[in-house]
Amino acid sequence: MAEITTLREAIAALVRDGDCVAMEGFTHLIPFAAGHEVIRQQRKNLTLVRMTPDVIYDQLIGAGCAKKLIFSWGGNPGVGSLHRLRDAVEHDWPAPLEIQEHGHGDLSNAYVAGASNLPFAVLRAYAGSDLPKHNDKIKFIQCPFTGETLAAVPSVRPDVTIIHAQKADRKGNVLLWGILGVQKEAVLAAKKAIVTVEEIVDDLNAWPNACILPRWTNSAVCCIPGGAAPSYAHGYYERDNRFYLAWDAIAKDRTTFQNWIKAHVLDTADFDEYRRVLQESNSQGVR
Amino acid sequence: MTTALAYSTSEIMTIAAARLLKNGAVCFVGIGLPSTAANLARLTHAPDIVLIYESGPIGAKPPVLPLSIGDGNLAETADTVVSTPEIFRYWLQGGRVDVGFLGAAQIDRFANINTTVIGDYKKPHTRLPGAGGAPEIASCAGEVVLVLKQSARAFVKKLDFVTSVGHLDGGDARQRLRLPGKGPVAVVTDLCLMRPDPVTKELTVTQLHPGITRDQVAVATGWNIHFAPQLSETPAPTSTELETLRDLERRSKLAHGNLTGAGAGSA
Repeated sequence: MAEITTLREAIAALVRDGDCVAMEGFTHLIPFAAGHEVIRQQRKNLTLVRMTPDVIYDQLIGAGCAKKLIFSWGGNPGVGSLHRLRDAVEHDWPAPLEIQEHGHGDLSNAYVAGASNLPFAVLRAYAGSDLPKHNDKIKFIQCPFTGETLAAVPSVRPDVTIIHAQKADRKGNVLLWGILGVQKEAVLAAKKAIVTVEEIVDDLNAWPNACILPRWTNSAVCCIPGGAAPSYAHGYYERDNRFYLAWDAIAKDRTTFQNWIKAHVLDTADFDEYRRVLQESNSQGVR
Repeated sequence: MTTALAYSTSEIMTIAAARLLKNGAVCFVGIGLPSTAANLARLTHAPDIVLIYESGPIGAKPPVLPLSIGDGNLAETADTVVSTPEIFRYWLQGGRVDVGFLGAAQIDRFANINTTVIGDYKKPHTRLPGAGGAPEIASCAGEVVLVLKQSARAFVKKLDFVTSVGHLDGGDARQRLRLPGKGPVAVVTDLCLMRPDPVTKELTVTQLHPGITRDQVAVATGWNIHFAPQLSETPAPTSTELETLRDLERRSKLAHGNLTGAGAGSA
């Protein structure tokens, strides 16, 4: 049953060193505030799962929180490379990073299989591709009915899934809309789920077929307005494209990156202070 | 006699790619160049084209080019927005996509695609973003159109990594692997248009953009590229095509604070 709590308490109670953690959000509703709190509390040896590891995973990897990454596309959308991810893969900095890579169809199916309590997902893919040669989690099986060859991948079952959504009610029922990505499946596939929201309201006024995560699927709900920035929250704020561009220069250099993480995340108490410091950096043009 | 319009090689690439999309086609669109060309098609000759983005929007009609694959304007203008698993399971794997429209970092003579690594997989020279949705699009879309700038670094003799399949080693390789879709039917570059040979499936230049020579194409290709016996010239952009493209790019730049989505994108 969902507890409405602070983000600091939620991460402290629910995310352990060595856990398998999925933070989802397909460009939209990326849980940046929660990712920062994981960095702030200096979790280590995490296996991070995410279809599109973008800037938030670049930050977690560069800050030394991850030992393994399971993903299907790792880039800074609209900008280019993730320099911290590349530095970890190409030069083992700040630590070696094991990678397990898939395609989007594959990984989204793997979440569905996890949510469905199945050991694996089955799909038409990878015939002729080199991905199965470098990822021993991609296998081929024969359909017991038709004899067709199909790809099989293990289901994703995170210890904790973290997402951001638009609204929760006071009992912890969560409503999200717009581009939903794989958030619902990621929550239902996980043992525990943390949801940060833009606001907590008396009544969600949800329409039939709305994407609702009932309170008994969520372990903790935290009210963090702006918690998806610099990504966007449909109906609340736009994507901060300039930050994504600025990140390229911050992340390119190890020292610049470390200074940024220290000033904005490690040395700030919480998301509110992060936003104040970020605003100061912006006004000084240093970000 | 009319004066020829001045245009860039990028512009004719985008315009030539847009022309390949038929009105009413259901098109699974990668971000960047494919998305620009698909939206140009929608704003010119193909108003009823259905654009599907892998983040979930079906029938998106973005007023400006999306910078990322999941921009809000895709959801706001779509006929419907579904989850990412649903896009891949019901719509793509379900066989409801006519054309997969993709970019690539590197391709080979059979239009196989690398978006994973340059160099050794374990110790890469350059780590690229990875697969995205391209492996599933390349196998399941009815057909595939690729659009990318041509250079000897991008058009290579041998790929370091086959992320998504084109025609594998040529001939009937796709049928032998029982891949659902026909695979690449065209590759559009800033120099020319290539199509796979009907029998060998090796990419063959069928059309040169105006003013481009065979030598320029040969120098920008990492293998000994073949030219079709009846080589034609790409019709020059019309003023409508050029104005629509420039207007779209201008509006998009303004909306994104002078960022453009053309540089790097997911499939």
